[in-house]
Parts: sequence; structure tokens; C-alpha cells
Amino acid sequence: MFPACKYTLQARQCLCSLKVLQREHLPSLICATRWSSSSSTTPRITSHYTVYPRDKDPRWEGVNMERFADEADVVIVGAGPAGLSAAIRLKQLAGEQGKELRVCVVEKASQIGAHTLSGACIEPSALQELFPDWKERGAPLHTPVTEDKFGILTEKYRIPVPILPGLPMNNHGNYIVRLGHLVSWLGEQAEELGVELYPGYAAAEVLFHEDGSVKGIATNDVGISKDGSPKDTFERGMELHAKVTIFGEGCHGHLAKQLYKHFNLRQHCEPQTYAIGLKEVWVIDEKKWKPGRVEHTVGWPLDRHSYGGSFLYHLNEGEPLVALGFVVGLDYQNPYMNPFREFQRWKHHPTVLPTLEGGKRIAYGARALNEGGFQSLPKLTFPGGMLVGCSPGFMNVPKIKGTHSAMKSGMMAAETVFSKLTNENLQSETKGLCVPEYEENLKNSWVWKELYSVRNIRPSCHGLFGVYGGMVYTGIFYWILRGKEPWTLKHKGLDSAQLKPAKDCMPIEYPKPDGKISFDLLSSVALSGTNHEHDQPPHLTLKNDNIPVNNNLAIYDGPEQRFCPAGVYEYVPKETGDGMRLQINAQNCVHCKTCDIKDPSQNINWVVPEGGGGPAYNGM
Amino acid sequence: MSGRVLVGVKRVIDYAVKIRVKPDKTGVVTDGVKHSMNPFCEIAVEEAVRLREKKLMKEVIAVSCGPQQCQETIRTALAMGADRGIHVEVSGKDYENLGPLQVSKIMAALAKKEEASLVIVGKQAIDGDCNQTGQMTAALLDWPQGTFASEVSVDGDGLKVEREIDGGLESVRIKMPAVVTADLRLNEPRYATLPNIMKAKKKKIASVKPADLGVELTSRLEILAVEDPPQRQSGVKVESVQDLVTKLRDSGTL
Repeated sequence: MFPACKYTLQARQCLCSLKVLQREHLPSLICATRWSSSSSTTPRITSHYTVYPRDKDPRWEGVNMERFADEADVVIVGAGPAGLSAAIRLKQLAGEQGKELRVCVVEKASQIGAHTLSGACIEPSALQELFPDWKERGAPLHTPVTEDKFGILTEKYRIPVPILPGLPMNNHGNYIVRLGHLVSWLGEQAEELGVELYPGYAAAEVLFHEDGSVKGIATNDVGISKDGSPKDTFERGMELHAKVTIFGEGCHGHLAKQLYKHFNLRQHCEPQTYAIGLKEVWVIDEKKWKPGRVEHTVGWPLDRHSYGGSFLYHLNEGEPLVALGFVVGLDYQNPYMNPFREFQRWKHHPTVLPTLEGGKRIAYGARALNEGGFQSLPKLTFPGGMLVGCSPGFMNVPKIKGTHSAMKSGMMAAETVFSKLTNENLQSETKGLCVPEYEENLKNSWVWKELYSVRNIRPSCHGLFGVYGGMVYTGIFYWILRGKEPWTLKHKGLDSAQLKPAKDCMPIEYPKPDGKISFDLLSSVALSGTNHEHDQPPHLTLKNDNIPVNNNLAIYDGPEQRFCPAGVYEYVPKETGDGMRLQINAQNCVHCKTCDIKDPSQNINWVVPEGGGGPAYNGM
Repeated sequence: MSGRVLVGVKRVIDYAVKIRVKPDKTGVVTDGVKHSMNPFCEIAVEEAVRLREKKLMKEVIAVSCGPQQCQETIRTALAMGADRGIHVEVSGKDYENLGPLQVSKIMAALAKKEEASLVIVGKQAIDGDCNQTGQMTAALLDWPQGTFASEVSVDGDGLKVEREIDGGLESVRIKMPAVVTADLRLNEPRYATLPNIMKAKKKKIASVKPADLGVELTSRLEILAVEDPPQRQSGVKVESVQDLVTKLRDSGTL
């Protein structure tokens, strides 16, 4: 694909001296023998080996690319609720039946829970199944929901909407949690059961047997410099081989993206649709604190055609903490939409501001979430592996809950894998085991029934009355008929295809942050604690370095500088003065995956950076 | 010379995390916050491992003082190449009051016990910024010290240490046994890769109490309060020199 020109000695010397320039942060300028798809005026942005293979790269000649390999029975990618539930269930079954099972979990965050972000108001059903004694074990579910409020906001007022029992957002019996802490706790339980947890090591590559089945994963290489060349500290990642590999990467996982293509898992389902969720945690004035209160709003500042809304949960864990945030559907059409700034201006609403006045913001983060539900579920199993959790996407959108179904999917995966592994008469066609029973069992479980019953609520928001039409639909068809209507509405298609050209849209005037209630992007990103080793290839790779300026900027006015909640993408004037270039501040990335989802050119491919990098969320 | 190197490693709040002061002003929030090995300690471990790889030293022992979680930090050091670890158990109030004086007493006791030829520590920790432990350890042991080392080489029965000082670089030659503190440019630490972490799980970490080493942990310092630095006032732009002079006069500076 990319012309691998033979280097002459001169060109090599040219590149060496250019490297020095590059280190002083000049864009890599024109070098006639440069081998890339960039035109002579577009500075080189991408240097990752997934775009520029190393076997054709002369800088990698003679470098030992051998990898150390190890065998486990099951390898799980991702230590989130789904992955950890699967690991725990496997070990529980192994213990009950006296079998030995080696279960390894790899996780890109430096500690378990550091990349977890969610509201969160969870249904304890799946946790109850996993650990009936979760309370005695000290699971951090400290805040039962006491009050449920829902309102429609206009610019100045709030119209309360009653939450009747039976409506999906009724929260009786549920808990407000800091999901990061719950995941941390699950990690501790898993370690006690003997699961091998490896935080700080990202799964970067899927490995295949010769027969095409999944063999396992390989962790990321380390010690590659920003321009893609090996450093002295270069070391290959490690291969973890398994009979079955369970992929629980969360919403829009990068390995799952490859698996969908490789095994054609999305043949019979609609494309997944997403939203971006931004969240902050505040310490507020004690007088305003109402522990156990759950508040949701729709409406202002979004219009009726933009799906989204807010949440504000009062936690009961000692300090007067609230977790609040804003969700914006990524099927929005106006490229001038800036979800971060919508969130910041929502906080100034007269019914929200009083709660935050006098308080202090202590955390910030963002993550994409699934909205596709039932219609977007892909095929879940393939030879050698399966998908669990938010990766295929089991979130119940109107309930705004996905943790319980993610955990249940992890547990079902574990149960079916375990019976396959311990089946002495097992005859497998492929070296990597195929476990179609997982998908069959899931289809017969409450997860499927639940997703089926709410399948039409999100698509019903695409009609003439937008979100309000959706609310009416929910009232009629869900509350009364419980989703038994015989039709299934479709989604609009890929989120990335929904943007209208900038010339057809109105720029949105956002108010300036006041530094007390609303804040600027950079100070928010600093609060997420995100960091990456700066001398590594940017992990936000572009298939073609020319497209951002020629397409995204030219037609859509660079929507990535607005939808990225971490300020990774910036269009800056070129030093040569003739036009703009895209600057990627990869260090800021909070691993939300929104860019990979919403890029109208689908040119951005998020790959995993060196393990241990990324946000340092604490109980988000 | 026994050829044993003792390396001190400290578990600190990760440098990229935003610190929050506890509401009761007794310290900073550490629960659930991302911790990692002090960057200067990583450099110290790397230097010790390199000396062993060059066969100038025989064994590298990683030491950390603190609660149970310190074992993770010692594991990282083991994954980088240390041979075994020693965890000095200090928790609760003792850990909050643990300062350079106490740690240096522990390091001195361990250096004598393990018959170490060399003690390498980071020049300072990024939380306390004290820059005292290495120096105090050398004083307690009555050993020579090479601090702010940007280069270390073995010279006969001693060490040649290139020190980064305010005026430039200073070369000292010190006899062994000695204490060295690592500065930023000493080396680039290697990554603790997954196969090494797995191997490190099999390496030994011995647990020891300060009392077993004959060290008393009482601190002579009392923390009165921990506060955020005062908010920086935004500056004011002036249009002309006359404006500037007027403003300076008004504020009483002139």
C-alpha cells in the first residue's frame, strides 16, 4: 500500500538530520525520498507500524522481532465488569469442580479500574448472581437509590416528568456506585480466586492459528520512538496463547474492530450507534447534598433532534460527593456541535447551578457508550474466542444501564467456556475452540429479553418530534405493551455518516467557561490524570495523512477538534504559512474512542498505546 | 567486596495525577489514586541492574518501606532485573510520619546486615522532594557519597561519579562501600515487560519489621497542616509605560 522506497545512503543521512529537527517539534518537512502517502506539503503525522509495516522499514533491519510466548487455558482482554466477571466465574467453577484452570487477564490501564468510567446507577442483579454474599465481602455499593427525578429542561425552566413504576428509568432497588471502585473490588476478588491479573499490559494484536481460529493475543511492544524507529529500550510484547480468548474491551474496542472484519461478525446486524458520555465528580456544599438522589434531564441545551441528556447522582460515601455528566448521541448532524461545551453550559442551568455552587470539581473524564442495543448485536462467537460486555454492546439505553448485562454476558461466557474445556469428549474442528453455546445461552437469558423489549425506544427518537416523540413512544409501547410490538425500528446508519457539511450548518455560540462552575478543556483533561510516554508513535493513527485537511477540515470544519473530550486534535496554521495542518496531541488521549467512531472520513484508527498510559481515573 | 547492591525504591503518587488535599488538611488523598515507582528510583534500579549485567556487581536487592502495596513496587524492580526484594513493613501512623531520617536508618541497618558494597537511591522522591535520604544514609554508615550522579563507573576498588551540580559537572572518586544517588540523566530505565513481571512473581520478597533491624521510627517532625498553594492571581495587561508606572505606584511597589 505505501511505497517502500529503497533508501540510498544520502536519503538516510537526510532522514537522520531531519530526525534532529523533528525532535525540536518541527513538522517533518519535505524530503523527496520520503516514503508515505503524504503529499509534499502535508507534514507526516502517522508513524505507527500498523500503518507503516516494520518488515518493509529499513530502520528495523536486523532487530530481533521474536516474542516470548506463554500458554493459558483462557485469556481475557480487558479487566472491566464483563472481563472480571468472566474470570471470576471461571475460577469459581474450577474451584467447585476441583479442576485446574489458568486464567490470565490483560488490561491496558496501569491499575484495575483506572480506565473505568460510568454514571453509574447499577442494577445489582448480575452481581447478586456472581457473589450472593457481595455485601459481606464489602462490595462498594454504599448508596441505594432513594429518589428518582426526571425533567425536561428549557433554557430557563424545568418541566418535571413523573417516573412511574414500570418505566425503564425507574431505579427502585438499584445502587449508585463509583464503578471504578467496584471494578477495583472485582479485581481483588479475582486475584483471591487465583486469576492472573496483568494491569499495565495492553493487548495489541490478535494471534491466529493456521486454521484461522484465534490463538490468543500479543501485548504491546515497548520502546518505539515517536517517529516509529526502535529505541535502545525496545522490547517485543509477549504472546499469550489460550484455548479460548474472551474479548471484553468495552465500547468500540480496537481488537474487536479487527475481529468484526476478519470473521465478518456484523453481516446480519445493523451498525452500532454510539453516544459520548462526559462526567465530572464534585464535592458539594453539605446543605445541597441529598444522598441517594438520582436526577436525569433531557432537553436544553440540546434540541429535540439531538439525542442526549444529563445525569446527576448524589453518592453516599462519607464526603458530600455528586457524580454528574452529560451524554450526547454521536448521530448528531451539526459539525459545530461540541459535546464538552454542551456539558459545561448545561451546568449553568438555573436548576443545576445551585447544587454545584460553592462546590469543588475533583475529577473529569469521558467515554463513548453504545446505543445500538438489540439491532446492533453482532455474532458473538468465532473459532477461538468470543465477545463480552460493552464490546458487542448489551447496554439498555432507556434504562441507561449496561453494567448488569455486561457482567451477565461475562458470566455466561465463563460457564459455556468452562463446560467446553472440561468436556473430555471434546472434538474441535479448529485449534481455537468455538463456543456457540455462549450465544445460544445468552439468547435464552434475561439479557436478550431485556434488550428486545427496549429495542424500539432509541430509534423512535429519530422521528418528527425527536426525543419527545421517543418519550411518547416509550410511554405507549414500553410502559403499556412492554416492547411486545411486532415491528423493529431501524437506526439511521453509521454515526460517522450523519454529519452535514459545515456550510449547511450554523456554528453554535458557546458561553465562555467561568472557572467556577464551567471549565476550559485543558484544565479538565489535567484532572483526568491522563498521560502517555511521550516518545512513542501517536496511537491515533491516520490511514491517510492528507485527509484531515483535505476532507475533514475542508468540508466539515474539522469536527474532531470539537468532539474530542481531551483536546487531542487541533488544526493549527502551518509554520510555512500556507494553510493548516492537523496536530495530534496523543498524550492527552483519554481512550474514549469517540474519534474512531465519529470521524466522517473514517480515517482515524485508534490503536492501543503502550500499556499503562491513559487516564488515571479514581472511582469514576 | 561482596558485590551486593542495595537499591531503595519508593512508591509515590504518579507524577501525572492531579493531587487533592484532604478536607481535614492532614495530607493528600491517596486512596485509589494511581501510584507508581518514583522516577528517580527507576533510574537507580536501572543503574544497579546495569552494574550487575556488566559483572561489576553480583546481586541487586530492591528495598521498599511502607504498607502492603509496596510489594507491587518491589515487583516492578524485580521485573527490571533486581534479584530479590526486601519489604520493610511500615503502616498506619508510622507510615504517615516516615521521613528521610527513619528511612536512612533502615537503609543503613540493611546495608550492614546484607553486607552491601553499594547503596543506590534516587536523588529525591517526587512527593516529599526532601533530597536527604541518600546523604543521611551515607552519614549514618560513615561511607562516602556520590550524589546527583549523572554517570557512575567502577575505578579499581572505588567508584568514579560524575555529579550534576549547580555550576556544571563535578567528578569525584569515592572508595567503596559507598552511597550513590541517581539524577535524571544517569540512564534511561528499561521497561518492566510482561514476561519479566511473570518471572518476578517467582523471585523472593522478604518481609521485615523496622524493630527487627533495631530502628526506632518516632519522628521529630509534626505535620501541622497541608494546604493548596494560593491561587495565582491573573496578571493585568497595561497599554503603556505610563500605565505601568501608575499601577506600580498604586500598589505601593514604587
